[in-house]
Amino acid sequence: MNMVNLTINNRAVSVPEGTSILHAAKETGITIPNLCYHPDQEVKANCRVCVVEVEGAKTLQAACATSVKEGMVVRTNTKKVRDSRKVVIELLLANHDMNCPSCSKNNHCGLQEIAANLGVRESRFQNVLEEQEIDTSSPSIVRNQNKCIKCGRCIQMCNQVQGLAILDYIGRSDSAQVKPAFGWYLADVACVACGQCSVVCPVAAITEKEDIEQVWEAINNPNKTVVVQTAPAVRVSLGEEFGMEPGEIVTGKLVASLRTLGFDKIFDTDFTADLTIIEEGHELLQRIQEGGTLPMLTSCSPGWINFIEQYYPELLAHVSSCKSPQQMFGALAKGYYAQKIGVDPQDIFSVSIMPCTAKKFEADRDEMSVDGENPDVDVVLTTRELAKMLRQAGVDFNKLEEEEYDAPFGLSTGAAVIFGATGGVMEAALRTVYEVVTGKTLESLDFKAVRGLEGIKEAEVDLDGTIVKVAVAHSLSNARKVMELIKSGKAEYAFIEIMCCPGGCIGGGGQPFGGTDELRLKRIEATYRADTELPIRKSHENPAIKKLYEEFLGEPLGEISHHLLHTHYHSRKH
Amino acid sequence: MQVKDALDKYGRSPDKLIGAMLAYQNSTPCNYLTEDDIREFAKETGLPESRVHSVASFYSLLSTKPRGKYIVQVCYDVPCYVNDSLNLVKELERMLKAKMGETTEDGLFTLEYSSCLGCCDKAPAMQIGENLYGSLTKEKLSDILTEYRRKRHE
Repeated sequence: MNMVNLTINNRAVSVPEGTSILHAAKETGITIPNLCYHPDQEVKANCRVCVVEVEGAKTLQAACATSVKEGMVVRTNTKKVRDSRKVVIELLLANHDMNCPSCSKNNHCGLQEIAANLGVRESRFQNVLEEQEIDTSSPSIVRNQNKCIKCGRCIQMCNQVQGLAILDYIGRSDSAQVKPAFGWYLADVACVACGQCSVVCPVAAITEKEDIEQVWEAINNPNKTVVVQTAPAVRVSLGEEFGMEPGEIVTGKLVASLRTLGFDKIFDTDFTADLTIIEEGHELLQRIQEGGTLPMLTSCSPGWINFIEQYYPELLAHVSSCKSPQQMFGALAKGYYAQKIGVDPQDIFSVSIMPCTAKKFEADRDEMSVDGENPDVDVVLTTRELAKMLRQAGVDFNKLEEEEYDAPFGLSTGAAVIFGATGGVMEAALRTVYEVVTGKTLESLDFKAVRGLEGIKEAEVDLDGTIVKVAVAHSLSNARKVMELIKSGKAEYAFIEIMCCPGGCIGGGGQPFGGTDELRLKRIEATYRADTELPIRKSHENPAIKKLYEEFLGEPLGEISHHLLHTHYHSRKH
Repeated sequence: MQVKDALDKYGRSPDKLIGAMLAYQNSTPCNYLTEDDIREFAKETGLPESRVHSVASFYSLLSTKPRGKYIVQVCYDVPCYVNDSLNLVKELERMLKAKMGETTEDGLFTLEYSSCLGCCDKAPAMQIGENLYGSLTKEKLSDILTEYRRKRHE
C-alpha cells in the first residue's frame, strides 16, 4: 500500500493513497463536521459542511470528496473555513423548521450538533421555509419535509441497499425536495416500512412513529396488566443510547429498566423465537417429506413480508406460515397467558420492544388478532423509543443492577438470541432440524458459513445422507436476487432465511442511529457472544417450550398452533 | 407520438431517457409529462418511478405541469441580468398578462427562466422552442410575440 504524506493543521500525517482528507484528519484527532457523508455510501459532497482549505486550491475543498496528495497542506480550522461552514449551517437553518426543543431528534440531531459546535448563535438569513404537511400516513415512519436538509442519505439507502427507490429528489436546487414519486404519501407507495431511511437521516426528516404515550397511559391504568417482550437484537444495541460501547450486552439492565418503568411482566421475544424454530422446523420437515413448496422462506421479518407481498406475491406459497416471534408472543399473551393468570384478555396490554419500524405495521395487521377485534400486540416501541422513555423517566441505565426475566416466557436459548443477526434463524433452525431428523447430537453448534455480512450466504447440511442446501440473504436488494433465482427455477435450496435489513435485526430501522457496517459487526459479534454464554443453545432443549407444548399447545403444527401461531399473507401488489 | 414510440426511437437504456422524454413531451399538446406518462416511461425502461420523476423534475427543458404551445425562456444568468433582463421579464409579463412560470389564458405561451443560453454577446437573450433571440428590446419583443401569434394558425 502506497502511503501519502501531508500536513493537516501543521501536523505531519501519513495515510494510504486514496484516503479522503476527512479520514486523514480523523487519524490526527480532528473531526471535520459533515452531514451528507456516510461511511457506507457513495460520496455525495452536497452539504458542503466539511470544507477545508488546501494550499494551492482556489476554493475551499470538500474534505469528504478530496483525496490526499503527497505534500498536501490542509487547514481545517481557519477563519475562512469556520465562516464558510457557518454560512452553510445558517442557510440550512433558514429553510428548516427550528422547533428543536420539541423535536423528536432533539439532542440526537446532526444539524443541531454542528450548529452548536460551530457556535452559530443567530441566523443572519430570514427563514423562508414553506411549511408542508407532515406525512404520518405510515404506521411505522413519519416523513417531515420541513426538517429535511436534502443530503440524500435516505435516497441512497432506499435505492442501493434496499433496491426499492421509494424516495428520490423532486425538483432542483433550492426547490429540490426528497419525496416518493409525485409527492405521494408513504402509505400509498410500495414502501416496506423498514425504516432504514430513518437510521441514516442526520436530522428528524424521517423518524419512527412515536407511540410512547400510549404505553405510559397503559402503565398508569390500574385495570391493565401490561406485559412487555424484548426482541433479541435490542439487548446488543440499547447500551449505545446510554454511552456504552457498541457490542455491549445489556440484557439484565434491559429487564431491570423495564421493571423500573412499571411494566407488570417482563418477557422475552427469545422465548417465542425458540417456539418459532420448533414450528418452522417441523413445517420445513413436513414440506420436505410431503412434497410441499420449496424452498421454504422464513417469515420473521415484517419488512421482508411487506416486500414479498408487494413485489413478488407470486412466490408467497414459499413463505413459512409461521407468524413472527413478536406475533407468536402476542397471540400467546392474549390467547393463553391471560387465561393462565385469570385476567380478561382485553385487560392485557401487550407491548413489544423491537429493533424495527416495520414491526409497528405488522402489529397493526388485521391477521394479527386472536379474537378478531383487539390486536395481539397493542404497541410496538423501537429500541430508540425505549431509550426515550427511560430518559423521560430519568432512569440512569448504567447504574441499574441486572435482573431476570419473568416466567413463563422468560427462559430462552442461544438459538433464539442469534435470531438478531443475519443467518441466525437459519443456524437456530439447523441446530434443531439436524437433531430432530438424525436423532444424533450435533458436534459443533456453530454454522459459521451462514454468519457474517456477505449479502447472500450458502451452506449444506448432511441430514443422515440427505444433503440439504440452504441460503441466507439480508437487505432487500439481496432478497430480490434470491427471488429472481427462485423464479428462474435455479434455487436448489430447501430453506432460505431472508431478513429485510442489512445485518439482520441488529441493523434494524428502529435501532440507535448510525447504521454503519462497523456498528453492525460489533452488534453481531455481541450476539454470538450472548449465544455462547447461555447454558442452553438449542431451541428444542428449552424446558419452558417443552412445558408449553405439554400444558397447552399439544404438538408442533397442531390445531392450537395453527390457530394461534400461523397465518397467511396476501398479494398487495400495486 | 406514444411513449413507446419515443423509446423505440431513442432506446430504453437510462442514458437515453432524457432525449426520449423530451421528444415525447414536445409532441404533446400541452408540452409536459403527466404522472401516467412518467409511470409508463418507468415501466418501459425498468427504472424506478421515483427516479424518472426526479429526472423529469430536474431539467428545465422538461415539465411536469401543463404548459403553453410556445415556451418563452428568458436567460437568468449574470450577463443578461446586468443587461436589464429583469425589465425584459416585466415587459413580457405585461404583454402576455401572465407572471413568470405561468401560462397565458389562451394557452399559447408559458413564461420561464432559463440558465445561460450561451449567447452572452447578445445579452439579454431568450429562446422560444429552438429559436434563439438576442439583444432584446421592448420593440423586438412585441414583433416576436406577434409573429408567434400569427404562426399559431399555420
